[in-house]
Amino acid sequence: MSASLYTRRRVKNVVAMACSILATAIGLFFLVWILWETLSQGISALKPSLFTKITAYREEGGLANAMVGSLILNVLGILIATPIGVAAGTWLAEYSRRSRLGPTIRFLNDILLSAPSIVLGLFVYTIVVLPSKYLSNGEVTFSGVAGGVALALIALPVIVRTTDEMLRLVPSTLREAALSLGVPQWKLTMQILVRSARSGIVTGVLLALARISGETAPLLFTAFGNNFMTFNPLDKMPSLPQVIYEYTKDPSPDINTLAWAGAFVLTMFVLALSLIARFAFSRSKVSND
Amino acid sequence: MHATASNAGTGVDRAHEASRNAKDSRNDVLFGWVLKACALLVLAALLGAAGSTLWLGSDAFHTFGWGFPTSAAWDPSNDQYGALVPIMGTVGTALIALVVAVPISFGIALFLTEIAPQWLRGPVASAIELLAGIPSIIYGMWGLFVFAPFVAAHIKPWLMNHFSADPPDGQVSWLVQHVPFVAKFFSSEYPFFGAGVLTAGLVLAVMIIPFISSVMREVFQTVPTRLKESAYALGSSTWEVVWDIVVPYTRTAVIGGVFLGLGRALGETMAVAFVLGNTFKFSWSMLETGSSIASTIANQFGEAQGLQRSALMALAFLLFVVTFIVLLIARLMLRRMATKEGR
Repeated sequence: MSASLYTRRRVKNVVAMACSILATAIGLFFLVWILWETLSQGISALKPSLFTKITAYREEGGLANAMVGSLILNVLGILIATPIGVAAGTWLAEYSRRSRLGPTIRFLNDILLSAPSIVLGLFVYTIVVLPSKYLSNGEVTFSGVAGGVALALIALPVIVRTTDEMLRLVPSTLREAALSLGVPQWKLTMQILVRSARSGIVTGVLLALARISGETAPLLFTAFGNNFMTFNPLDKMPSLPQVIYEYTKDPSPDINTLAWAGAFVLTMFVLALSLIARFAFSRSKVSND
Repeated sequence: MHATASNAGTGVDRAHEASRNAKDSRNDVLFGWVLKACALLVLAALLGAAGSTLWLGSDAFHTFGWGFPTSAAWDPSNDQYGALVPIMGTVGTALIALVVAVPISFGIALFLTEIAPQWLRGPVASAIELLAGIPSIIYGMWGLFVFAPFVAAHIKPWLMNHFSADPPDGQVSWLVQHVPFVAKFFSSEYPFFGAGVLTAGLVLAVMIIPFISSVMREVFQTVPTRLKESAYALGSSTWEVVWDIVVPYTRTAVIGGVFLGLGRALGETMAVAFVLGNTFKFSWSMLETGSSIASTIANQFGEAQGLQRSALMALAFLLFVVTFIVLLIARLMLRRMATKEGR
């Protein structure tokens, strides 16, 4: 009787452990499967012309304008989001102690972090794209700036959160030492705290960049896309994810192959960024100990 | 600092110092306000997203009233819009994703916290988290070109043979004959077409596994070692420790992680847009094509005018409110765990 109970418990344990290993294998299998498909399906289009020609020539073209557009949009997004995000994160970590607003905003920031990006894209459409018709002879104008604002809105909560967390890791003895020397709080914040949390904040910016590099949905109604090379942020602007979206829907297999090649470039870029961010983060953690 | 300290006492320097102190405190106040304004932008972004979609969608809400979320008509040529099919598609795909992703995520978290040897934990955890880093558009094209054909060739025929009232091999299974309603969920007019609610749900499951499993892994690690060790000392197996000690201890946070995954699945756009089929016919079957709120907006907003545009904005408002509530629950539960941990 007790032997059978023992066997039953052992069998149950072995089955559960096997299922757990199987679950992990399934997760890893999908990662490898997706990465393998992006490489194997796009490899025939991975040639220099992918980076030199623009999308206007379709099958004979490349994705150069989309990559440049993505770069401009991402830089715009990061340039807008970083100062605001660092400032907001600093306020949460350093200034919000005595107010009830602080925890509320920290909470709402976490929600913004996982809010559907397509809704944020529509929001930017209403506050940037729609009003632009009053500035430009009554025409609704999609633009790189609108795309940049949309991406900034998605990057913002990532930067706010990491800045907040990194600043709270800074030991309070550092603050006390500086304040006892008579340093004003703004100087303490800017020159001591933000500086000592710098690597963590850079990690946040890198993670935000990785996050926005792959965003497609909010760009459909803001940057809109374009088949030509443009450096003008007030013009419609192409981006890599959005061209991949268009090219995936295309019936021509050659165009699909171009989309796969673009997908491979984009995936490698995003994964490299998140790996670098993780590496920088683990180092900053060690140095804080 | 040195100069001020040694010269303190002379009137000129004292006046200088006083004016500097005044300037510093003014700057402090100003600096604080600037930072606070930036923090308030987060609040403004959330309120703005809700407000702008409600405002631009109010036309559709006024025109169709309560019929908007309950009507299955989506007909741009006659300007008739009802959100039932997109709502069903959004909820259906998200539920399938959860049913598949939660057990797998639990298994991964269990593996990473209890079973795997120490040297394997870091690399495997990083690999699973890389799954979260892959852009959703890549999931979409993989789903369209690779996974949907796989579903059509292998998964769908099997399901239809076993669970549909009209199976390809002609033999209606025992289950369908004796259990009502089963066949309803597994019928399909196009047996060789891979896109559909089930396919989208499975792709979403792969996308949310890293989120749910990383929350589970983190909260499993917060369980005090002495609790687990005392259970082991009493002779518990690993599974008994996990099921009777770890899971009850972390229950709220685990549910929070599940809701976090649900929030992601509800709002996901690009992957779903490729593998759901984008049709607006009402159906209970998970093998039929459908549409989701987010994919409808992505597909139609560019060309939409007038009432259709307003209807899409109204859809966005509904999506935002639902995901907001789901994420609110998720964060509240995760926060309760954090408080417990800090105690």
